[in-house]
Amino acid sequence: MSIPKETLLNAYRSMKTIREFEERVNAEIMNGQIPGFTHLYTGQEANAVGVCAHLDESDTIISTHRGHGHCIAKGADVSGMMKELFGSSEGLCKGKGGSMHVADIDKGILGANGIVAGGPPISVGSALAAKIRKNGKVAVSFSGDGSVNQGTCFEAMNMAVVLQVPAIFVIENNYYSEHTSINYAVGCDDLKARTEAFGFPVFVADGADFFAVYEAAGKAIAHARAGNGPAGIFAEQGRYHGHFVGDPQAYRAAGELEDLRENHCPLKNFRKRMAETGELSAAELDAIDAEVLAEIDQSVKDAKAAARPTAEQVTEDVYIQYTATA
Amino acid sequence: MPEKTMRDAINEALHQAMEQDDSVFVIGEDVAGCNGSAGDVGSVGGVFGVTSGIYHRWPDRCIDTPISESAIVGAAAGAALVGMRPVAEIMFADFIGVCMDQIVNQMAKFRYMFGGKSRCPAVIRFSAGGGFSAAGQHSQAMYQVMTSFPGLKVVVPSNAYDAKGLMLSAIQDDDPVLFFEPKILYQETAEVPDEMYTIPFGQANFVREGDDVTVVAFGQMVPKAAAVIDALAEEGISCDLIDPRTTSPLDENAILESVEATGRLVIVDEAPPRCGLTADIAGLAADKAFRSLKAPIKQVCAPHSPTPFSPELEAAYLPDAEKITAAIKATLA
Repeated sequence: MSIPKETLLNAYRSMKTIREFEERVNAEIMNGQIPGFTHLYTGQEANAVGVCAHLDESDTIISTHRGHGHCIAKGADVSGMMKELFGSSEGLCKGKGGSMHVADIDKGILGANGIVAGGPPISVGSALAAKIRKNGKVAVSFSGDGSVNQGTCFEAMNMAVVLQVPAIFVIENNYYSEHTSINYAVGCDDLKARTEAFGFPVFVADGADFFAVYEAAGKAIAHARAGNGPAGIFAEQGRYHGHFVGDPQAYRAAGELEDLRENHCPLKNFRKRMAETGELSAAELDAIDAEVLAEIDQSVKDAKAAARPTAEQVTEDVYIQYTATA
Repeated sequence: MPEKTMRDAINEALHQAMEQDDSVFVIGEDVAGCNGSAGDVGSVGGVFGVTSGIYHRWPDRCIDTPISESAIVGAAAGAALVGMRPVAEIMFADFIGVCMDQIVNQMAKFRYMFGGKSRCPAVIRFSAGGGFSAAGQHSQAMYQVMTSFPGLKVVVPSNAYDAKGLMLSAIQDDDPVLFFEPKILYQETAEVPDEMYTIPFGQANFVREGDDVTVVAFGQMVPKAAAVIDALAEEGISCDLIDPRTTSPLDENAILESVEATGRLVIVDEAPPRCGLTADIAGLAADKAFRSLKAPIKQVCAPHSPTPFSPELEAAYLPDAEKITAAIKATLA
């Protein structure tokens, strides 16, 4: 499979941006600079980027509580996201949503989502709109291995098949539903087979390998875009951080995290592949690294200097128009 | 002017909205009906017949679903986020119990949590309320619960004329709207114009006008209260009867101005009392019109109990003419 150089450059930049964004967010939370609950995507970058590389702005995604990576991969403004996480009124959502609700409708990002499996039904609605309008758009929902045990996820998958809508279900197995292993929380032995039993094809990829995810996502999205109904992508890759920032991770085996970072790193794998094929040089990738670091650093400086919201903004944007008399 | 049932009035509003705007579609369980069966697809039109005929005119915009209330509401919310104007049917308001998250955590909060950068012009229709001996899981009002969630607009029509105008407003509204149809009123008729018209949200209807007592009633309690007030007029008691028509937004001014004029307030609703609309409006009057009050505020509502099955029990459960009459007279005692 030949991938255009521009796509490769964008993919690496996007994965690196997610990595540095997340690691910096982790540091700023430890410094007490970012309020609220935050869930980091570090380690799973290839999933978001491999899928979103096939989407344009008017295709939609809907994300999860672990949503920063998906939003960055779909083109969310990084500076606006950082301001949002800091709670600034200049944030992407004016400080009303925070980490778990980053969204940018104009870019087809229907939001990170604080409710596990809140997203798949909504994504089916976006896919249904595409089918009614016959516009060739697809709607992608990201779900974790925890999300796929929720009834709403089952409802959405079945309804997508019944209505034959272009919905893509991305299942990211990071092995833990919060603090509980899939060995306990998923009742069957084969999550892929369980998903396929709903009646749509599921394409499997190594979630540490951008090229594998890109290829699987390409098949799934082409299937849906061609009017063949929903499709799934199943990618396994552990997260490098806890369920939330501050999670002591009592569930990890000895050496597990070290092994993940050392032997299951999408960025390292990408660079290794480029060294083998020569499609991108180390110098090109180093240049991207430097630009991304500078961008993230600037985004934190900007977020710290950004305007804070004021009390009168509490009741703004609840409705477009609310005609109640008071 | 032609007489139409509330069912036909809402059905006509749906047809006219779909004719005018091809982003409008209906979705729900059996809104067409008979899909995949030996029967005639589209012949059901919803279990109460409110979406009757839509499938035959617009098969691509009349979407039958599995029994999956969360997916129905979610699909409506998602389609609305990308510019459609869905009208979803949840067969009974009680089933909010299985799709609460999609309503209150998702569609109600998109605009706020996304910093005002989204719109979700979805309408969710429900049949609501008691009177059918349908027992505890098919009889609840539910609109009083949903009124407490910011981000939602809540509509409760009490007659066919209002139902059509409010439905057309709901479909045109850019915020999510929950539309509760008192199912006991589906067959009740009123004069309903053939042409399209809208009724603004947050504007109460003065069903009766009088000087002695302000009566506020919701949904199926409006015609009950009107009958009581007409009977009391013969005894020389005259009442304002206010139908707020929407509980969110609520026309507080209409209620307060009436209470300031009459000094007496009775509120009637079919839902149980705790954290309900009668308590809400009693609180409003106590807070903002206390010095006008000449008597204690009376609340007429169901007891703190599930809706019972047996006709005798349900008759005892729901507010009736006797209870409404007693409450009005108590404020004059």
